[in-house]
Amino acid sequence: MTDFSRLGVAAIRDGVADGAFKAVEVAEALNARVSAAKALNAFIFETPEKAIEAAQAVDSDRAAGKPLGKMAGVPIGMKDLFCTEGVQTTAASHILEGFVPTYESTVSANLWKAGAGMLGKLNMDQFAMGSSNETSYFGNVISPWRRNDGGNAALAPGGSSGGSSSAIAARLCPAATGTDTGGSIRQPAAFVGISGIKPTYGRCSRWGVVAFASSLDQAGPMARDVRDCAIMLEAMAGFDPKDSTSLDLPVPAWEAGLNSDLKGKRIGIPKEYRLDGIDEDISKMWDNGIAWLKDAGAEIVDISLPHTKYALPAYYIIAPAEASSNLARYDGVRFGLRDLPEGAGLQDMYAATRAAGFGEEVRRRIMIGTYVLSAGFYDAYYTQAQKVRALISRDFDNAWASCDLILAPTAPSAAFGLGEKNADPLSMYLNDVFAVPASLAGLPAMSVPGGLSKEGLPMGLQIIGKALDEQAVLNAGLAIEQRSGFTAEAGEWW
Amino acid sequence: MTEYRIQGNTGEWEVVIGLEVHAQVTSESKLFSGSSTGFGAEPNSHVSLVDAAMPGMLPVPNRECLRQAVRTGMAINAQINRWSRFDRKNYFYADLPQGYQISQLYHPIVGEGEIEVTLNEKDPDSAVKTIGIERIHVEQDAGKLMHDQHPTMSFVDLNRSGVALMEIVSRPDMRSPQEAGAYVKKLRSILRYVGSCDGNMEQGSMRADVNVSVRKPGGELGTRTETKNVNSIRFMMQAIEYEAQRQVDLIESGGAVVQETRLFDANKMETRSMRSKEDAHDYRYFPDPDLLPVELDDAFLEECRASLPELPDAKRARYESLGLTAYNAAVLTAEAETAFWFEDLLAEGVEAKQGSNWLMSELFGALNKLGKTLDESPVSPKQAAELLRLVADGTISGSIAKQVFEIMLETGQAASAIVEEKGLKQTSDTGAIEAEIAKIMAANEDKVTEYRSGKDKLFGFFVGQTMKAMQGKANPQIINDLLKKALG
Amino acid sequence: MSVDKDTVNKIARLSRIAISNAEADKMVGELNGILAWVEQLGEVDVTGVEPMTAVIPNTLRLRDDVVTDGDVRDKVLANAPAKEGSFFGVPKVIE
Repeated sequence: MTDFSRLGVAAIRDGVADGAFKAVEVAEALNARVSAAKALNAFIFETPEKAIEAAQAVDSDRAAGKPLGKMAGVPIGMKDLFCTEGVQTTAASHILEGFVPTYESTVSANLWKAGAGMLGKLNMDQFAMGSSNETSYFGNVISPWRRNDGGNAALAPGGSSGGSSSAIAARLCPAATGTDTGGSIRQPAAFVGISGIKPTYGRCSRWGVVAFASSLDQAGPMARDVRDCAIMLEAMAGFDPKDSTSLDLPVPAWEAGLNSDLKGKRIGIPKEYRLDGIDEDISKMWDNGIAWLKDAGAEIVDISLPHTKYALPAYYIIAPAEASSNLARYDGVRFGLRDLPEGAGLQDMYAATRAAGFGEEVRRRIMIGTYVLSAGFYDAYYTQAQKVRALISRDFDNAWASCDLILAPTAPSAAFGLGEKNADPLSMYLNDVFAVPASLAGLPAMSVPGGLSKEGLPMGLQIIGKALDEQAVLNAGLAIEQRSGFTAEAGEWW
Repeated sequence: MTEYRIQGNTGEWEVVIGLEVHAQVTSESKLFSGSSTGFGAEPNSHVSLVDAAMPGMLPVPNRECLRQAVRTGMAINAQINRWSRFDRKNYFYADLPQGYQISQLYHPIVGEGEIEVTLNEKDPDSAVKTIGIERIHVEQDAGKLMHDQHPTMSFVDLNRSGVALMEIVSRPDMRSPQEAGAYVKKLRSILRYVGSCDGNMEQGSMRADVNVSVRKPGGELGTRTETKNVNSIRFMMQAIEYEAQRQVDLIESGGAVVQETRLFDANKMETRSMRSKEDAHDYRYFPDPDLLPVELDDAFLEECRASLPELPDAKRARYESLGLTAYNAAVLTAEAETAFWFEDLLAEGVEAKQGSNWLMSELFGALNKLGKTLDESPVSPKQAAELLRLVADGTISGSIAKQVFEIMLETGQAASAIVEEKGLKQTSDTGAIEAEIAKIMAANEDKVTEYRSGKDKLFGFFVGQTMKAMQGKANPQIINDLLKKALG
Repeated sequence: MSVDKDTVNKIARLSRIAISNAEADKMVGELNGILAWVEQLGEVDVTGVEPMTAVIPNTLRLRDDVVTDGDVRDKVLANAPAKEGSFFGVPKVIE
C-alpha cells in the first residue's frame, strides 16, 4: 500500500499521469491525515469534498485521454488569505469569520485549473501579520517539531504561513500556498525544514489575495523539495490584467530548467548579515551552505549590502502604513463582522466592529501605519522609509556587479516556543531581519533546509537572486538540497 | 465697472472666491473598474466586486478617463503632466467602500491653465476676465447614501462609486457671485465642447465646492469656508452671497470665521455648518501602491490634441469674421449643442448670416413653442439647409418659407417636397405679375394718382396688394422692379 | 518622536478602532518602543534619493473603455451584514 503522505508533488503528479494510482486514492489518504491532525490546528476549515471532487475530475480526464495539468491529482493546502469561491475565507481574523467569497483568487484558480485539489484553508497569522502563527483568531498553529530535550513544549511553526509550513512538515499535504510580505513563506519553511520560494514581485497575481502590504505581498509555493516548488510556482504564476502590478512576461519553465551545476555562478556573502552575537548554529549552517555551493561549482565572493540594518525599520513603517489603508475596508458595511452597539451611529459602528474584529497585532500595526502617515509625520517616516527602501534596492543592484546570487541564513534562529516572544512586539519583528531586505527590493528569494540546531530543530538557508531570475535561485536551492543530507522529519506526536 | 462689495458696518468688504468643480467624466466604464457609468440604473447593479471593495480587489485604470482629462486640460491651455501618480485619500464613510478614495494629490495629470470669461454675454462691451486654473486631477466618485428610505437606517447604493471625476481647481480669482457664475457657465460649455463631461448639474454630473472668504479691499486674505456639492449655478451664486454676508456679519460682531465645511440648504437658501466635525480630517495621503505612475507618450498626447474640436472662443471669433454680430456669435457659441448644430448647417453650404438669423429667430422660436431642446429638433440641419437654399436661390420667398417650415415641423417632410406638393414656388413670370399689377392699378386709380403726385408711402400698398394677388409666390424683388416701371 | 495617551487616542479615532483606557495606556508604551526603534532611519543620508515608487520596473497598463463588469448585485450583496432589498443598510447618518 503506497503511503501517499510520503509522496511529493512530482511523485503524485507522475504517478497519477502514469496510472500507478488514482488521484482519488491520494485525496482520500490525505483527507484522512488532515482530519486526524487537528491537534496541530493547521487548518481553519477542512474541505475534503473539494479534494475528492478535483481528484475525480482528474481521474476521469485521464480515463478519457484528455491532457492533464501541471498539478493534476495533487491535493494541496490553501492559505486562508486566498479568496476561494464558495468556501469561507477569513485571513485568520474574526472580522472575516463567515465571509464566503463569490469569487476565486487568480492564483488559486490557476492551481485548480492545473488539476490540484483543495484539502482545506490553512491557518495563518491574522492578516498575514506575524512570524509565529500566534495572532490567528482561530488559535495558534503548533509546529509538528519538538525539541530534542524530551519535553513537549509547543513550538512555533513560523509565520505568517504557519498553517502551510506545519501541514507540509506533518505530511498532511505535499505542498501548500503561502504568501510572503516580510518573510512569511521563507521563515516558516526554515522553521519546519521544508522549502519555500517568494518569487519576484509581480510574478504571481495579487487579485483575490486579501491585501496586507500591497508593494510587498507575493504569493508563492511551499513544499518538501525544490523541484516541487518549481512545479507549483509554474502553475501559480502568470500575468493577470486584473492586477496592475502584475508582470506581463511569460512564465519560464522552471522545472525543466532545474540544474544544480553552479559552475560560472558567483555567490555573494553579505557581511552585514553576519550579525554580532549571531546564533552559533545558524552561523555554522551558513558556513556549510557556502561549502556546498562551492562544491557545486560556484565561486564565493564577499559583498556588502551597506543599508541592511535599516531594512527592518523601513519595513515596519512601510508595511503597516499600507496595511492601515488596505484594512480600512473592513468596516462592517458590506461583508464580515458588524458590531452595532445600542444607539451607535455609523462611525461608532466602525470603531466597535474593528475593535472587536481585529486581533491585537493587527490593531497595533494599523495604529502604527495610521500614525506614520498622519499629518506632520508623513515625510519624517513614510517618505524617509521609501527613500531608504530605494537605497536598499540599490545595494542589491550594486551587488549584482560582483555576484549572481546571495546566500544568507533565512532566520536568526531555529523555532522558538509558542509564547516565548510575546512580551515585546519588537522581539518578534526581529525574526524578519534576514528576510525583509529581499522583500523591500522585490527580489526572488527561497529558503531550503540547511541543517538542525543543537536542539534538533530545522534551520534554513536563504538564496536571493536577481529580479526575474527564479531559475538561478531554484538551481542554487537544488544544489544545497542535494548536498545537505537533510532527511530529518518531525516525529508524529499528534 | 463697479466692483462687487458687501456693505458692512465698518465699511466695504471684498469677496474672494475659488471653485473646485467635480465633473463626471464621459466614458463607458468607471475609472478603475469595468462597470458601466450609465445613469439611473437599479441600485447596486453597476457595481463590480472591485467597486464594492471586496477583499483582494485591485484597481486597473481606464485609458479614456485619462484621455478626457488631458483633452480638457488642452482646451484650457493648461500644462499637461506626462508623468503623474495616484494617491490614496483615506477617510471613513459609508459611501466610500475602500475606506479611501483614489485621487491625485501630489502629481496631478494637468497643471496650470486658464479660462477667459465674459461677464455679460449679452453685452458686446462686457468686461472679460481671465480666471486661473491651478490643476485638474482625476479621482473616483463616491457612492450614494439615502437617508429617507427607512426610519433608523441609511441605504448605500454604490452605482456611482468609482465613476471617474475630473476635479478642476480654480485659483481664488473670482470676486463676485456673477464672476463665479460666468466661470462655471464657461467651464461647462468647454467641457461640453470637448465632450469630456455632459455638465448636467441637476443630474449631478457636475458639482461645485465653493470656497469663500472676505477681506477689506487691499487687505490680507481672510479665512475661507468651503460649501460643498452645490448643484446649480443659481444656488452657487446664492450660496456665495449668503456666505459672504454671514462672514462679514460674524467678523463685524467680533467673531472669527472658522475654516470649515458647510452645506447649502436650497430650501432656506443659506449655508450651514456640517455636523460631526470634532476632528479635522487627516487624509493621510500616500501613493497608491496598487498602481504605478501614469506615463503618457507623444502619440497619446498628439491624438488628444488632434481630437479637440474648435473651442468656443475661437469659434466665436470666426463667426464674427463671417459677418455675424458679436451678440449672435456669442449666443451661437455659448452652448456646445447650438454651436455644433450651426456648424452642421454651415457644412451644408448655408451662408452664415442667413443661417444664424434663421436659427435664432425661426428655429429657436419654434422649439420654444414646442418645448423642445435643439437636440430634440424635429428638423435637422440638413433639412433646414434645404429650406434655406430654396429661399437663397429665389425658389420661394421668405414669407412662404415660414409656412413651409411650419409644415416641416408638423410632418417631417422635406422642404422641396412641400413646395412641390403645395405649389408654393415663387413666380418670376413677369407677364403674370404685370397682369396683376395692371389689374390693381385699374382698381385703384385714385391711389395711383396720389402716388404719382408724390405720396411715396403708397408704394408699400401696391407691393402688398401685388403680393396678395400673387399669393405670396412672387419674387418680391421682381415685384418691386415691375411696380416701379408701371407706376413711374 | 514619541506619543502620549492623547495622541494614542487620536490615532485610534483616525483608525476607527475603539480602545479602552487600559488599552490606550498599554499602546503608549508599545508604540513608543516601536517608534524609538524606527527612529534610526533618520540617520540615513538620503540626499538625492527619490522615494521608491515601483518595486520592479513596470509600466502602468491602461484598460480599454469597455463595460466588462458589474451587473452582479447578488454577488455584491451576498455577504452583507444588513441587506435592505437592493441596498446595504447602515445606521442612519445625519448630514
